[in-house]
Amino acid sequence: MDYFLSEEQSMIVEIAKQITDERIIPQRAELDRKDEFPRDILNSMAQADLFGVPIPEEYGGFGGGCLDIVLALEQLGRGCIGVGTAFAASALGVYPIIISGSEELKEKYLPPVAAGKKFAAFGLTEANAGSDASGIQTTAVLDGEEWVLNGTKQWITNGGEAQIYTVVAITDRKKGPRGASMFVVEEGDAGFSCGPKEKKMGIRASSTTELIFKDCRIPKDRIIGRAGTGFVTVMKTLDSSRPGIAALGLGIGQACLDESTTYAKQRVQFGKPIISFQAVQHILADMAIQLEASRALVYSAAKHIDAHPKDMSKVSSMCKVMATDMAMKVSIDAVQVMGGYGYMREYPVEKMMRDAKILQIYEGTNQVQRNVIGQELNKEYSRR
Amino acid sequence: MKIIVCVKQVPDAKDVRLDPKTNTLAREGVQSIMNPYDQYALEEAVLLKEQLGGEVTVLSMGPPQAVDVLRQAISLGADHGVLVSDRAFAGADTWATSYTLAKAIHKIGDFDLILCGKQAIDGDTAQVGPGLAIQLDIPFVTCIQKVREASESELVLERMMDDGYDVVAVSLPVLLTVVKDLNIPRIPSLKGKMKAKKAEFKILSAEDIGADSACIGLAGSPTQVVSVFPPPPRGERAVLTGTVEEQIEQLVEKIAVYL
Ligand SMILES: Cc1cc2nc3c(=O)[nH]c(=O)nc-3n(C[C@H](O)[C@H](O)[C@H](O)COP(=O)(O)OP(=O)(O)OC[C@H]3O[C@@H](n4cnc5c(N)ncnc54)[C@H](O)[C@@H]3O)c2cc1C
Ligand SMILES: Cc1cc2nc3c(=O)[nH]c(=O)nc-3n(C[C@H](O)[C@H](O)[C@H](O)COP(=O)(O)OP(=O)(O)OC[C@H]3O[C@@H](n4cnc5c(N)ncnc54)[C@H](O)[C@@H]3O)c2cc1C
Repeated sequence: MDYFLSEEQSMIVEIAKQITDERIIPQRAELDRKDEFPRDILNSMAQADLFGVPIPEEYGGFGGGCLDIVLALEQLGRGCIGVGTAFAASALGVYPIIISGSEELKEKYLPPVAAGKKFAAFGLTEANAGSDASGIQTTAVLDGEEWVLNGTKQWITNGGEAQIYTVVAITDRKKGPRGASMFVVEEGDAGFSCGPKEKKMGIRASSTTELIFKDCRIPKDRIIGRAGTGFVTVMKTLDSSRPGIAALGLGIGQACLDESTTYAKQRVQFGKPIISFQAVQHILADMAIQLEASRALVYSAAKHIDAHPKDMSKVSSMCKVMATDMAMKVSIDAVQVMGGYGYMREYPVEKMMRDAKILQIYEGTNQVQRNVIGQELNKEYSRR
Repeated sequence: MKIIVCVKQVPDAKDVRLDPKTNTLAREGVQSIMNPYDQYALEEAVLLKEQLGGEVTVLSMGPPQAVDVLRQAISLGADHGVLVSDRAFAGADTWATSYTLAKAIHKIGDFDLILCGKQAIDGDTAQVGPGLAIQLDIPFVTCIQKVREASESELVLERMMDDGYDVVAVSLPVLLTVVKDLNIPRIPSLKGKMKAKKAEFKILSAEDIGADSACIGLAGSPTQVVSVFPPPPRGERAVLTGTVEEQIEQLVEKIAVYL
């Protein structure tokens, strides 16, 4: 379908498509097999200015909106959402600075991330604080001119690969959710280290590690926004980034449809290409319907967010749920259409099916997204 | 460093066909691309600019639509593009092409380094680079696979040979032709694409470059193309199967026909 993209948006699509076709697709199977971080591919994205898309122009970026980043991630997701996740998590890592950071933090940290010279990561989750982020235990205590951080973050994307980490810590336990703050921690800060890489079902090109803080001392001005605003920043950050996760789902959905339709035209059983069997056609038709409906919602949600940045929670959650549930279902269907071949490592859909699962889990599980949507509905209908 | 890269617009080899009647390339409806070797030449020029400073000018001789390759070059990091285009250039062979490019380069002015592809994938002669160097009266080194060291005055290069490579040190100015092992051409950047969209190109005619009409186009081309034909189809082939003894038996039978 034609979504009437602007000339600049079409350029973003062209560039991301070229990177996907020429750099990601030829390498993805090996990156997956070796659990290898895609440094060269990320460097070529940096050279192509893609890291600048979500960063404001004043800080060396392109000043793109939600739809711009969605378009880039959709293409990257068509190749490999492991690579797409590494890219997206770098943007996620600096959103807190863009949203709530001081002028000094913005000037210091945004330009190198926009240029792709440094990667970022976002650290919220802990062993006992997943969906219930308010359960975090990591603390930050002001000691003279320095904050002292203690605690461990778990499953942080780009851990060990990023140079800039934005992390959430409790600064005043008595204040409950209003007692958390966000900080910038740099690779090499004393008392900060990353754990070993986790072994995962999918998105194995992305790195996931613990962030360990043992009396980690950072300068006082590395706090993002005022003390106590940590969770406000977290919520705004995740609202802004979720359509990007939806976009990765669109990418996987498209790749699955492409692979399985092409295969169905070639595979002959009972003397005919299997695409001539109506039962197979119907699976493909349902995949195409769900994919296009998801794309329409994700693009519309992104446009809504670009026009109404204060009203993004519900649409952001809706598009994340729809596109990532679609990605899971469509990837399962793609394996089904391709039969035993689809289950084999020689064909890309088995990886896509393993990869797709994460989209329903991270950046807020799809159950939690439905909670958000439900709560928003409750609020809206109370106002009527 | 002032670098000029010669780029040729060629039909995409993926869909090249011969017109069965005339035996010439059927160009209608065929996508045009930047000659693949020239993409490596351009990438090396941009890398040298990033390392040493300076500017990169791309030069092409061709019909008006050849500005497409100049635009692409800007998106990949070139600073300026010049097109030499005139009906009078039509039918140029490699000599006339070299002459015309040399005239255009005199018009452009100063340079330290000229980069060409080893060959164009349509003409395939690999003559234009060396021919151009002779016209400009500067040294040339062909088939460069690596630039080892670069400074404002000297280059240390690896020249690909059949049995390895030579290491060559040359002082500037010089013309190089390059092979595909040289680098991995980048993907266009967003800023580059935006710059390319707005870029304007100088278009030079035969008169603008002060070309002698006896040296350009068909009239200026000493090459006489007597005929162009596809190579004869390969003879029939057969694969023999079975045990070695069976295969020998089959082979003897086949050869016996000719005895
Ligand atoms: C590969 C990977 C990368 C990650 N990257 C990052 C990162 O970069 N930064 C970061 O901070 N975190 C990251 N995470 C953490 C991720 O965001 C959490 O895993 C996610 O928020 C869910 O938390 P949990 O895994 O603890 O699940 P739990 O919260 O324990 O949930 C378990 C199940 O219970 C359900 N559930 C929980 N509460 C409710 C409820 N109230 N209503 C209905 N259902 C509920 C959930 O939906 C889920 O099905 C990453 C995780 C993974 C696996
Ligand atoms: C047998 C034969 C018959 C031909 N007949 C005709 C004919 O009848 N009519 C006709 O018009 N042409 C004809 N040509 C094509 C023409 O001679 C060449 O295409 C042209 O001169 C360039 O030579 P090339 O393609 O071999 O380039 P090469 O010498 O292989 O190219 C080497 C490098 O020189 C540079 N270069 C080459 N051409 C250009 C250019 N135009 N602009 C900028 N840089 C360039 C590029 O850097 C390129 O990588 C014929 C060619 C052959 C081999």
